[in-house]
Amino acid sequence: MKGIKLTDVLKKYTMVIALVLVIIFFYFTTEGKILFAQNINNLISQNAYVFVLAAGMLLCILTGGNIDLACGSVVCFAGGLGAVMMDREMNVWVAVIAMLLCGTIIGVWQGFWIAYFKVPPFIATLSGMYAFRGLSNVLLQGYVVGIRNTTFLNVFGGGADCYIPDFMGSANFNTTCMVIGIAISAIYVIVILRNRISAKANGYEVEALPSVIVKTVIICAVVIWLFYKLANYKGIPTSLIWIALVLLIYSYITTKTTMGRYLYAVGGNEKATVLSGIDSRKVYFFAYINMGLMAGLGGILTVARATQAQPTFGQGYEMDAIAACFIGGASAYGGEGNIFGVIIGAVLMGVINQGMSIMGTDANYQKVVKGLVLLLAIIFDVMSNKKKK
Amino acid sequence: MANVLLEMKNITKTFPGVKALDNVNFQVEEGEIHALVGENGAGKSTLMNVLSGIYPYGTYEGDIIYNGEVCQFQTIKDSEKKGIVIIHQELALVPQMSIGENMFLGNERGKKNAINWNETYKEADKYLKMVGLSESSHVLIKDIGTGKQQLVEIAKALAKNAKLLILDEPTSSLNETDSKALLDLMLEFKKQGMTMIIITHKLNEVVYVADKITVVRDGATIETLDKHTTEIDEARIIKGMVGREITDRFPKRENVTIGDINMEVDNWTVYHPVYTERKVVDNVSLNVRKGEVVGIYGLMGAGRTELAMSIFGRSYGYDIQGTLKVGGKEVTLKNPREAINAKIAYVTEDRKGNGLVLSNPIRVNTSLANLTGVSSHGVIDMDKEYQIAVEYKEKLKTKTPSVEQNVGNLSGGNQQKVLLAKWMFTDPDILILDEPTRGIDVGAKYEIYCIINDLVAMGKSVIMISSELPEVIGMSDRIYIMNEGKFMGEMRASEATQENIMACIIQSGKGE
Repeated sequence: MKGIKLTDVLKKYTMVIALVLVIIFFYFTTEGKILFAQNINNLISQNAYVFVLAAGMLLCILTGGNIDLACGSVVCFAGGLGAVMMDREMNVWVAVIAMLLCGTIIGVWQGFWIAYFKVPPFIATLSGMYAFRGLSNVLLQGYVVGIRNTTFLNVFGGGADCYIPDFMGSANFNTTCMVIGIAISAIYVIVILRNRISAKANGYEVEALPSVIVKTVIICAVVIWLFYKLANYKGIPTSLIWIALVLLIYSYITTKTTMGRYLYAVGGNEKATVLSGIDSRKVYFFAYINMGLMAGLGGILTVARATQAQPTFGQGYEMDAIAACFIGGASAYGGEGNIFGVIIGAVLMGVINQGMSIMGTDANYQKVVKGLVLLLAIIFDVMSNKKKK
Repeated sequence: MANVLLEMKNITKTFPGVKALDNVNFQVEEGEIHALVGENGAGKSTLMNVLSGIYPYGTYEGDIIYNGEVCQFQTIKDSEKKGIVIIHQELALVPQMSIGENMFLGNERGKKNAINWNETYKEADKYLKMVGLSESSHVLIKDIGTGKQQLVEIAKALAKNAKLLILDEPTSSLNETDSKALLDLMLEFKKQGMTMIIITHKLNEVVYVADKITVVRDGATIETLDKHTTEIDEARIIKGMVGREITDRFPKRENVTIGDINMEVDNWTVYHPVYTERKVVDNVSLNVRKGEVVGIYGLMGAGRTELAMSIFGRSYGYDIQGTLKVGGKEVTLKNPREAINAKIAYVTEDRKGNGLVLSNPIRVNTSLANLTGVSSHGVIDMDKEYQIAVEYKEKLKTKTPSVEQNVGNLSGGNQQKVLLAKWMFTDPDILILDEPTRGIDVGAKYEIYCIINDLVAMGKSVIMISSELPEVIGMSDRIYIMNEGKFMGEMRASEATQENIMACIIQSGKGE
């Protein structure tokens, strides 16, 4: 029992290993360009919406493989709403709150039908996908609406200055960024240590020490490396803060809260959950309201990044979010999946996109590759589950 | 001596880390019914899976000699071609298809791309007659009861030209009448020369039907008993299974005083949720006192589960009428949460379907019905949750390396213990246990009975629903007898015998 088996490690971290291999592959095919500071920065900024939407999508998928097809359209509608408001010189924070509220209300609308009227999520959200795409067009009247509000752009990762300003250091190296990176690693190590000590004190099972050390060292190394790269460019993009915030909150919800537990339970066995005195309708409702909120935030990040809103924005975003979840190991039947997996899934897709873009691969072939990667990930998941039995 | 039809020689099958079968030898003669008995996880099903090719040749060691030749089955199809057909415990029928379609699924009549439906249904009717079913083969599977579905499975096996029929727990979901009919059918087939292997937990069936009994324990065959040379009764078989003689199958209850009435149900009537005209529970009244075990005996389909679930926060049924009093006060429980808050627990008969989240660990399942008990403001205290899971694991003697083990990996008996732990953690005063020992082995059953005794010793009330007569009589203080949605009688356990309970039911059938 004690020994760590190589095959088990491989199975557990398949997608991490796949990610590393893909990065190595692109490192050689792009002559190292994929790891340029600027490209890493772009990878984060361009894919901010994937992380945010996938976090919301994960909750829906956990409840039983349910998805939200409407979130791409909601991104467009919420983003468009904010753009129009700011275009009319309204207060930027009012606009931000309106966008988040807009997403949440749409989540309530869809969640209500799904949870309390048992409308299949696929159909309820397909309806939303059409309706909010149409409404986006109506709202924007078919035009592009530009965003000039610099506060908005700076805070949500658009324009030229959407970075945490450097308080110290030199012109070419963002010292603040580096310090933050090191601080995060230090905090991580402290938290791991404290948890381990208190677990041991209480006599709980703890993970074998070597594996903890290896994991911690790898994670810290990746964090420090990432912030070193960012420091060499312009520093921490503000979108990264939003991504981190969302991932932290949702990681907490899924692992530590009762509602998070209910999401897994409903997806694992809804009948047993209901008979345990849990109202499964509330659980579905919660998942879709959250998805709506995240779609609202996704809208903010999308229009900020583009510094404008267009009626075509957000098309296919729902599929990116779904793919990130499934590549990250979420079960298509519900009850299994986690935020860490979502991160890996989203990064993997982002790296593949960017790597191929740098290589100059035709955009259509990029889609082919994305599709195949998704299929491969699921095949692998099914295979490894089979072997378990 | 008849011909040896099947011989499995020195079969060893290892799974990663576990030796599931260790040098097993097993012989079946032509024309006999051979019972394979053993506790859960003893290796019976593994052995049959080796035989039928589910574990293909090469993944195990040893030889299978069938009809005088060594066989190397790669798939189930290979073994079926030879006439070895296995009927699994879980029925493999498609509810939306007709009997005929199901019977020839994968074995279609006619040409490859043109199924001959006339021939299909004609043949299906022929095999249905052989198993004594009068239904037309056009009837959909979902419209017939489980007893008849089991017969369809057998007819399906016959249609494959079975020479050696393996039945894995064929009666586990049948009531006593249907079980009896099935066993009689087996005896009838035997007369016609069919050879059968039956795996079952119900020892009275073994005694009734088997010519030979092979006992499997811990992946090895312990002994083979021959009905014609040795006297066989249930105690003798149990001795082989557990390696000791269980003199008391039911632990004694000591120092339990029966107190006041804890829960009372009056004139309880429940209608079927789909066929809303039909009364599933008809004007039932019952009560249970503190420290008392009340048994509800009835066959499957008598309305026992429906009664229990309708009491438990109306989780079953339509237009529920009647009054429910808990602790002397009348209450209306609109959903399971309210029932749990009223200190009622319902431990389902369907562990896997309604009870446990199999993909989650023991820890998570233990706390599921009372997550607020290990959390504050919606945040779970993981340490506390872990401690509680460990506490119940030790209290109920759940066999598992860790509470982080997924429940799906546990044996039936241990799953049942996790389910009990989950409900005990809600701190109920009244526990409704629905078939608490179904499909679990003798040793685990005894442990479950001990847990029930501990519960009533703490002053809790237990309602135990069961279709096993010895269990009802052995464990209850008082027994209600239920049939066709009605209570047919009530008796003290001291007065109850198998005969007068059965008489009570038979009488009710004649009364209408």
